[in-house]
Amino acid sequence: MLSIKNLHASIEGTPILRGINLEVKAGEVHAIMGPNGSGKSTLASVLAGRAEYEVTEGEVIFKGKNLLELAPEVRAREGVFLAFQYPVEIPGVSSTNFLRTAVNQVREYRGQEPLDAVKFLTMMKEKMKLVEIDQKLLSRSLNEGFSGGEKKRNEIFQMAMLEPTLAILDETDSGLDIDALRIVSNGVNQLKSDTTATILVTHYQRLLDHIIPDFVHVLYKGRIVRSGTKELAMELEEKGYDWIKEAVDSEATV
Amino acid sequence: MSTLIKQDLFEGLLESTHSGFENSRSEAKTSYLTQGLPAAKAEEYKFTGITKKLEQTFPRLSPAQSFEVSAETVKSAIFEGFSGDILVFTNGKFQPSLSSIIDGLEVSLLSEKLETAIGSIAKPSKDAFCALNQASFEDGIFISVPKKTQIEKPILLLSFNKENLGSVIQPRVWIEVGDFAEVTFIDQSINLSDSPYFINKVVEIKGAHNSHVHYYRLQNEGKNAFEVSNIETDIQKDSKFASVTISLSGEMVRNNLNQNLRGSNSEGNMYGLYLLNGKTHVDNHTNVDHTVPHAESNELYKGILDDQSRGVFNGKIFVRQDAQKTNAFQQNNNILLSEDATVNTKPQLEIWADDVKCSHGCTTGQLDEEALFYLQARGIGKEQARGFLLYAFAGEVLAHIEEESFRTYCTELVEARLGSKI
Repeated sequence: MLSIKNLHASIEGTPILRGINLEVKAGEVHAIMGPNGSGKSTLASVLAGRAEYEVTEGEVIFKGKNLLELAPEVRAREGVFLAFQYPVEIPGVSSTNFLRTAVNQVREYRGQEPLDAVKFLTMMKEKMKLVEIDQKLLSRSLNEGFSGGEKKRNEIFQMAMLEPTLAILDETDSGLDIDALRIVSNGVNQLKSDTTATILVTHYQRLLDHIIPDFVHVLYKGRIVRSGTKELAMELEEKGYDWIKEAVDSEATV
Repeated sequence: MSTLIKQDLFEGLLESTHSGFENSRSEAKTSYLTQGLPAAKAEEYKFTGITKKLEQTFPRLSPAQSFEVSAETVKSAIFEGFSGDILVFTNGKFQPSLSSIIDGLEVSLLSEKLETAIGSIAKPSKDAFCALNQASFEDGIFISVPKKTQIEKPILLLSFNKENLGSVIQPRVWIEVGDFAEVTFIDQSINLSDSPYFINKVVEIKGAHNSHVHYYRLQNEGKNAFEVSNIETDIQKDSKFASVTISLSGEMVRNNLNQNLRGSNSEGNMYGLYLLNGKTHVDNHTNVDHTVPHAESNELYKGILDDQSRGVFNGKIFVRQDAQKTNAFQQNNNILLSEDATVNTKPQLEIWADDVKCSHGCTTGQLDEEALFYLQARGIGKEQARGFLLYAFAGEVLAHIEEESFRTYCTELVEARLGSKI
């Protein structure tokens, strides 16, 4: 589904990603871990099409298409979804209107009929249950005045509404208490299927107790330096990142 | 500073004689000649070189004559959904045969109301254009809402303007609203020609004890139209005045809006939205004068500027020594959509009382890129995402239009301009 080859990206001339290689197949859950500043969020942003990052080398093929050539909205319509680390508050834009526009633009692109108001509301109610989000929140402006946990739940709710094939969750667990973490994880687990894939970008192992990854990759200095299964995450939880940093840095000097 | 050349620009107007208000006119003429039109460096017109523009555009300025419009023209100009009474003006002259006047409202020509204290609210000494109008306006309109009268439906002041044997249009309006009376005005002008003209308008509004006045204004002037308006209020105890000014086009527009809060527990609110493109230049100069304790003013002006347009906002707040417990809030926010668009914004607070709450703020920036990316990342096309954000920005001002049909109409105009249908 997703094939990343030798991906290099920089921001304002500073290289952040220095050759990422990653294959993600339908039905898989990949966790991207790594110390702060290793490039995890940059990878998520580059995949979603954030303009500040400049891709200097490499390619990303998503469902046979060159993802890097597509505008952010086209990537979304193709089925890429980024759950933001810091969802944006947009005063004056109603959550419901926003979502209806988004859902219908995505549907139109996929050759589906737009949803009328009734069908849209029915779908909304059904998906709201997934993340236990309150209707009252959705009558407000988009994310305006939402708590950190509410914003993250709203991200997963939007994901449920847009039905992506590739979900990228950028530090969705950060700032969540145990209950919110459980709710968000349940939502993600229910949305998983054989035809979709998930990339979890996270600093901590605790999210992976709730969403079990098939593969764990450690990103350091803009490269994937270790790949493994969930046991690798356990090892990181136990030993921290320093041993990997040391190992990689010494390999580099050899 | 004045020069003979600048005064000559309006010589034709000052020579013409109109009957009535002789003393007020002659006082205003003296005031005009003393002040002269604002020179290039005049502080109050620093960013709006209207004098020079007028000199460049018009070889000579003489009064535009009123003209007839058909009932069909009037009908087609009324926005959809409007229900209420209409006062029609052509080049500033009242057209009673095309107007409808409700029971309970007194409407007459100013020339039939010579006892009206014109110039007592909008004083000619404050502004040369205000003085020019008072010295040389042809006739005006007198509107009175008797005490305890609630006019439930809005009153549409519909002005048709065009160059017609002259290019200066000088509307003069006097509105008095009695104790416990309530009224909403919608002031809208319709441009009928591309030839340049100059509107020099004065509106005086007196709100008596416990009155409520809403004054909505839609400026959708011709691309070659110039306008200076002086709208000034006198707000008494327990009364409330709110204006919303929507400016969409024109060559150069200057709005002087002055509020005088004369009674305690009075409230003067001013909201404005300017969506500018091309070379349109819109300058909103507001002034609120807190003279008594326990009064409140709220002000929010927002602008979206594209192309080479220019916006000016100058907000003065005076809090006099006696005006303790004043609440005065002012905000001006701008979004620039092009590198060539300019905004000059200046809050000007003079506070002489010591127990007051006053705040002001102004921002000028580009569209929030992070918000734009967020919407795009959900599948919304860039143009529409942009429209969403701009509309959300503008919507905060539109929300202050309490008259629903007019709010809907303005919303449609704004959406059309911003290219977003939401």
